Amino acid sequence: MPETAALDAFRTEIADWILSACPAPLLGRAMGEDRIVWGGRKWQFQDDDQKTWMQAAIARGMTAPRWPVEYGGAGLSRAEEKIYREELERLQAPPPLESFGLWMLGPALLEFGTHAQKLAHLLPVTRGEIRWCQGYSEPGAGSDLANVQTRAEDMGDHWLVNGQKIWTSYADRADWIFALVRTDRDAPKHKGISFMLIDMNSPGVTTRPIQLISGKSPFCETFFDNVKVPKSYGEDNPSVVGQVNRGWDIAKYLLTHEREMIGGGARGLLGGRSLGQVLGDLDGAMDDPVTRAEAMRIEVNALAFAMTMERYKDQAEAGRGVGNASAMLKYYGTELNKERYELLMSAAGSEAVEWDGPHGSLAPEWLRTKANSIEGGTSEVMLDIIAKRVLELPNS
Amino acid sequence: MTSLLETEDETMLRDAARGFLADAAPVANLRANRDQGRPFDTGLWREMAQMGWAGVLVPEAQGGADMGHRAAGILAEEMGRTLAASPFISSAVMAATTLRAAASQQAEQALTAITEGRLIYAVALDEGRKHAPLNTALVAQKAGNGFRLTGTKAFVADGGSAQRVLVLARTAGSAGEAAGLTLFDIPADRAGLHKMARATVDSRDHAQMVFDGVEATGDEVLGTLDDGWALLARGVQAGQAAVAAELLGVAGGAYGMTVGYLKERKQFDRTIGSFQALQHRAAHLWAEIEVTASAIANAGRVLDATPTQAGLAVSLAKARAAQTVDLAVREGVQMHGGIGMTDAYDIGFYMKRARVGSEWLGDYGYHAAQVAAARGF
Repeated sequence: MPETAALDAFRTEIADWILSACPAPLLGRAMGEDRIVWGGRKWQFQDDDQKTWMQAAIARGMTAPRWPVEYGGAGLSRAEEKIYREELERLQAPPPLESFGLWMLGPALLEFGTHAQKLAHLLPVTRGEIRWCQGYSEPGAGSDLANVQTRAEDMGDHWLVNGQKIWTSYADRADWIFALVRTDRDAPKHKGISFMLIDMNSPGVTTRPIQLISGKSPFCETFFDNVKVPKSYGEDNPSVVGQVNRGWDIAKYLLTHEREMIGGGARGLLGGRSLGQVLGDLDGAMDDPVTRAEAMRIEVNALAFAMTMERYKDQAEAGRGVGNASAMLKYYGTELNKERYELLMSAAGSEAVEWDGPHGSLAPEWLRTKANSIEGGTSEVMLDIIAKRVLELPNS
Repeated sequence: MTSLLETEDETMLRDAARGFLADAAPVANLRANRDQGRPFDTGLWREMAQMGWAGVLVPEAQGGADMGHRAAGILAEEMGRTLAASPFISSAVMAATTLRAAASQQAEQALTAITEGRLIYAVALDEGRKHAPLNTALVAQKAGNGFRLTGTKAFVADGGSAQRVLVLARTAGSAGEAAGLTLFDIPADRAGLHKMARATVDSRDHAQMVFDGVEATGDEVLGTLDDGWALLARGVQAGQAAVAAELLGVAGGAYGMTVGYLKERKQFDRTIGSFQALQHRAAHLWAEIEVTASAIANAGRVLDATPTQAGLAVSLAKARAAQTVDLAVREGVQMHGGIGMTDAYDIGFYMKRARVGSEWLGDYGYHAAQVAAARGF
């Protein structure tokens, strides 16, 4: 088939490009959180190689392979992007740039934004110049996200924003925030929310990191104290994406993305190796029948789950939306990832409980996975969504 | 890798099969078969053959539809959904795949007869209580120009109804070795072949076959002497994928009945499906079925594209299917409450078929170990 031949040619081409563009010291190493390039004004590269690789990717649009070329992407098809990811994994090359701008803001703007909004915000994202964070949850709006109380008052030429966000990932390192704010306090709770783009440098915005059980502080509290947000950042470039008071539609759309992403986060962590192979490196671990049985069970489930992720992506690509079924990906992937880390911890035994022992960051990673089934909607909320929207079981 | 999404043709096949089976083979038919003491409805099997199902894996030159393993999986899954009993997997999948791979003139004639529904094959493989084909100990001793088969085969699906049997026998080597196994294709009424029907919980045809010096000619060797497993393994693998697909259908059928019941049954003045404890269990079950469906589709795709490298895909499918159907029927019976324990209600039939299907051609443990081996641990 000519289509297959074209994709095979693309695979060769993209692999050659990775090998020529990505400095050799970056290749052939397992991906870890410490190797992620997040970008932004405050970003500092670990070394020149990271910078070289990111710049090469920017030049080819490969920091956002699927986005249109005019917004800084490479305009790849889904099949081509998949091949690119596979080749990155095979060569153990790190993604040149990761960010909430790429994962979350981009999909929202591409779907709901104006051309001017896309030009103004997406290009800096693809170039790693602006780092975004997500302002969704609040102390009183966790699982019940539509209960957000941070309010934006209409002051004519600007919005006046007051309130508090929580679990804002990396807010202390972000340049801009996309936030859910209440613009109509009298409307039903889903109908008075807007999706607003706010410069974190605005007077009145402050952040405070939250220390987690993993010892790390990836999340912050973010406070808005009489923050003036211009109604517009330029011609046809309003600070609210989509219609005022219709932000919940965008939030729901993005939550679907986020859930697929968090659910899929379990893949690739082992650098393309099976769980059993990783455990096989630990002397005697696989001789334990319980460990072996658990490793087999998790491997079977992980392989079938990875196929399901691909099937759902193909379905979305074919224009048949995945919709509420994305809740399943989020639920299943995160629970699976927690099981995987429990087994890794158990197999590494007393060595695993050391913060900085022979297994590196295993302990904090294990603790971090516990947030997977909470952030972006808890497993219980996912099961509620499946039960109500997919199975159509009655409300209580 | 090709997409796991169904093609338009596959969706049409599924819809047609589902429509036909809902009318012609609802669960009530299984109950009637059981009550009348027949393993399956021969009229139904004739109709299936007329629709091309018996020839789904048979080349067009032999009159088949040649639709491939993904299509066979879709048919098996839909049959599982209504527990439709037929020799589809034994004859149209396992025997047909094996005979096709044998590629002899004799095999081609048999394929035509299978396609037309005139001939039913059984595959006599395992001898112990678990699936372990290489442990074959049934002996085929050289006797003149032919062989004499002595030993016992257990759990032969459709063994009571089949007119012909593919039997794996040891001509050399010892238990545990693939080398030295030879495959014979003989009539089921050959002298010395005693078929003992076993009453199994799923009310289907399973027989013990005792070979008491059964004679077979050299012409009845299928494939190569001492290398029969290489040939039969193709059929067994296709069978494992089809059983896995059937179990996915069994899980889907049990799930559908159960969610239907949750929406209708009232207690404490509420529909019980409004209780979150039950909602979450039902939602989890749905998630497991969705994930297993991917593994089933993948097995069919890989068998169609690269049949000699399908081991991982097939074992993954069977391992997942066994786990998922087990959950589906246990949750199904439990959520039906007392009525789920009654013979008058259908959910119990799903539990019984699930147990048999999980065991047939390798259980979860067998296939999970195959996955582990293929994944390097």
